[in-house]
Amino acid sequence: MADKIKVTIDGQSVEVEPGTTILNAARQIGGDIVPPAMCYYSKLKGSGGKCRTCLVKVAQGSEKDPRPMPKLVASCQTQVMDGMVVENTTSPEVLEARKGIVEMLLINHPLDCPVCDQAGECDLQNLSFEHGASNSRYEFERRTFDKVDIGDKIQLHMNRCILCYRCVYTADQITEGRVHGVLNRGDQSEISTYISAAIDNDFSGNVIDVCPVGALTDKTFRFKNRVWFTKPVDAHRDCDHEKCSGKVVLWYKGEDVLRVTARKDQYGEVESFICNTCRFEKKATADWTIEGPRKIEDTSVISSNHYEMAHPLPVIEKNEALIEANKKMFHKKIK
Amino acid sequence: MSRKILLEHIDVPGINTFDTYRKMGGYRSVEKALKTMSPDDVVEEVKKSGMRGRGGAGFPTGMKWSFLAKPVGVPRYLVCNADESEPGTFKDRYLMEKIPHALIEGMITSSYALGANTSYIYIRGEYFYVLRILEKAIAEAYANGFLGKNILGSGYDLDLYVHPGAGAYICGEETALLESLEGKRGNPRVKPPFPAIAGLYACPTVVNNVETIAAIAPIVNMGGDEYAKIGIGRSTGTKLISASGHINNPGIYEIELGLPVEEFIYSDKYCGGIKNGKKLKAVVAGGSSVPILPANLILKTANNEARLMSYESLSDGGFVSGTMLGSGGFIVYDEDSCIVRNTWNFARFYHHESCGQCSPCREGTGWMEKVLHRIEYGHGKLSDIDLLVEVSKKIEGNTICPLGDAAAWPVASAIRHFREEFEWHIKEASISQTRNFGLLAAHEALVK
Repeated sequence: MADKIKVTIDGQSVEVEPGTTILNAARQIGGDIVPPAMCYYSKLKGSGGKCRTCLVKVAQGSEKDPRPMPKLVASCQTQVMDGMVVENTTSPEVLEARKGIVEMLLINHPLDCPVCDQAGECDLQNLSFEHGASNSRYEFERRTFDKVDIGDKIQLHMNRCILCYRCVYTADQITEGRVHGVLNRGDQSEISTYISAAIDNDFSGNVIDVCPVGALTDKTFRFKNRVWFTKPVDAHRDCDHEKCSGKVVLWYKGEDVLRVTARKDQYGEVESFICNTCRFEKKATADWTIEGPRKIEDTSVISSNHYEMAHPLPVIEKNEALIEANKKMFHKKIK
Repeated sequence: MSRKILLEHIDVPGINTFDTYRKMGGYRSVEKALKTMSPDDVVEEVKKSGMRGRGGAGFPTGMKWSFLAKPVGVPRYLVCNADESEPGTFKDRYLMEKIPHALIEGMITSSYALGANTSYIYIRGEYFYVLRILEKAIAEAYANGFLGKNILGSGYDLDLYVHPGAGAYICGEETALLESLEGKRGNPRVKPPFPAIAGLYACPTVVNNVETIAAIAPIVNMGGDEYAKIGIGRSTGTKLISASGHINNPGIYEIELGLPVEEFIYSDKYCGGIKNGKKLKAVVAGGSSVPILPANLILKTANNEARLMSYESLSDGGFVSGTMLGSGGFIVYDEDSCIVRNTWNFARFYHHESCGQCSPCREGTGWMEKVLHRIEYGHGKLSDIDLLVEVSKKIEGNTICPLGDAAAWPVASAIRHFREEFEWHIKEASISQTRNFGLLAAHEALVK
């Protein structure tokens, strides 16, 4: 392996393997300097470069060639060079461009967060909260599409789509046989299956998890509850599907498992893909081995309402691991 | 200043057939290259010629060729970009239609130089009849031993295919073209890697414009040094200009680079002046995506020097007071033209043609079109002008491919040079629906 190379992002240096992208180098440093990414997905080959929210300024190309790059570059695609100096949050130019991109992403987005199932765990919501303006300068009718069912478990709500292409790559790379792609072009592009064919394979549910917005939603969970009223719990089962890890998050409301998703890391990427049987069929506590509470970032709205002292979840009272994890909070109630 | 190289034999009857073309000295460059030169010699001649790509960006062709990666055991490809779709440009169609063998000769010589054994001509879907002409010409070349196995007994093999697109402007962008050629959706690729490293089927590929490839034959015939003497400065050789708009003689002109713009517009040898004795208002010098310039700035640079038809002179003054030679789509507007309507028309085109892959272009082009439509039809607000400038700035440079820039420049430049007209359109909304603005007072004194 070649020697590690040094890159400085917003004044913080890190040594990374050659071939690492700026975005992944920033993720190794962590914290606020990590550029947001709406389309890049480390587990999907070929993803990224499309949403342009991760644009950064390269103030110094490398040690050997210190010239800055003329344009802002997509950090998810640009590989680091030894001695590269990158400006993300320290560059007003980058923040201005990012604000513009967020505005562009929102002009045709319906902003129907109050009735959208993704609200509370939506990357676009977080992005616009952080970088967007409080009002839009767009004064025209938004493009609209009809809702489409792709398969009996997934609904496509194209109005909300930001065309990140993640689901296309997922359908292409994770599932058997590609039936899912993009039709038309420009702002009339739409995610679709060929002549509304149903997506019918045992890994298709993963497109729901990779969707950064509420365009692809789980029909078994639609309108059941707001995510911040549900309690995420890590669990696993011995899945006989060879590609499925069986490691999931169960989203509880009372005694009921409202939905099952894959586990997502801090950048909203799933840790491992799960099969449709785990996602859609196994909705009883008895199907799973509970591991413990899912750690959700403090900044997320989901964590604002957790494991309240007065009414601990029945599942917590019944499970050793959860009792242990919540001992401090529940010591009075749990015997 | 009127030397013709590409169109030298355009008037010879039957020049579209192999026999006549051969009689007029055609395919000499293939013989010369295959029999007396090594591939690197050809690349060296092209480098010496200093010819810059004729498709629009103006990147030196020899340098582009020298970037081609040459890993052992991996095929290399030459792809000719005949997806001519820039509004205002129609030179490639004319060349392919009238002298198809000029392109095929160039393809053979260039493929030999690059070590490609399979080459493609990607032609736009609307040119279907040209595709037939090219296929006929290719069949003739095969029959005469200039294509196929062991060309002219040199041991060099080449197969040449023509592939039609399906009518998308974006497929003129080289990586989108390659995607389309591979049978995929024509979305531009994220670069790097550039096609010279991983292009068609992930193999090293050179993509060149029709006119660029056609010019390789004369370069090899006359030698790079000789070719470099034509033209001016770093703009060497001749260029086909597609002249259109309010001029007396619209058409294709082969000019030696360095011709004064004034001569080009007013000389009877070229455009022949403005139609109906009217005054010149503005010019789009290199296809719809380059910045529009008002009459005073297209004839003279900001330093009051005569503007020449060359890469350097047209871009003198950057985008503040200059433009680009681009693909040579020279569109002339007379005093009665409406710049707002023209800008809206361009914006509508780019909105329609955006591939929808990256957000600024997908959303921004539609936004600009809607705002321009509103201004054109008398419902604009004064704040719209600044909004357009801001949206165009947010698109420019932030997209995957140059379509975003191409959409932003015409809007930004029209507002930069014709802001008064935009304001008039908004303030005098009802009058603007009945007549055009005419010339700006500031420009009137300066133009013929």
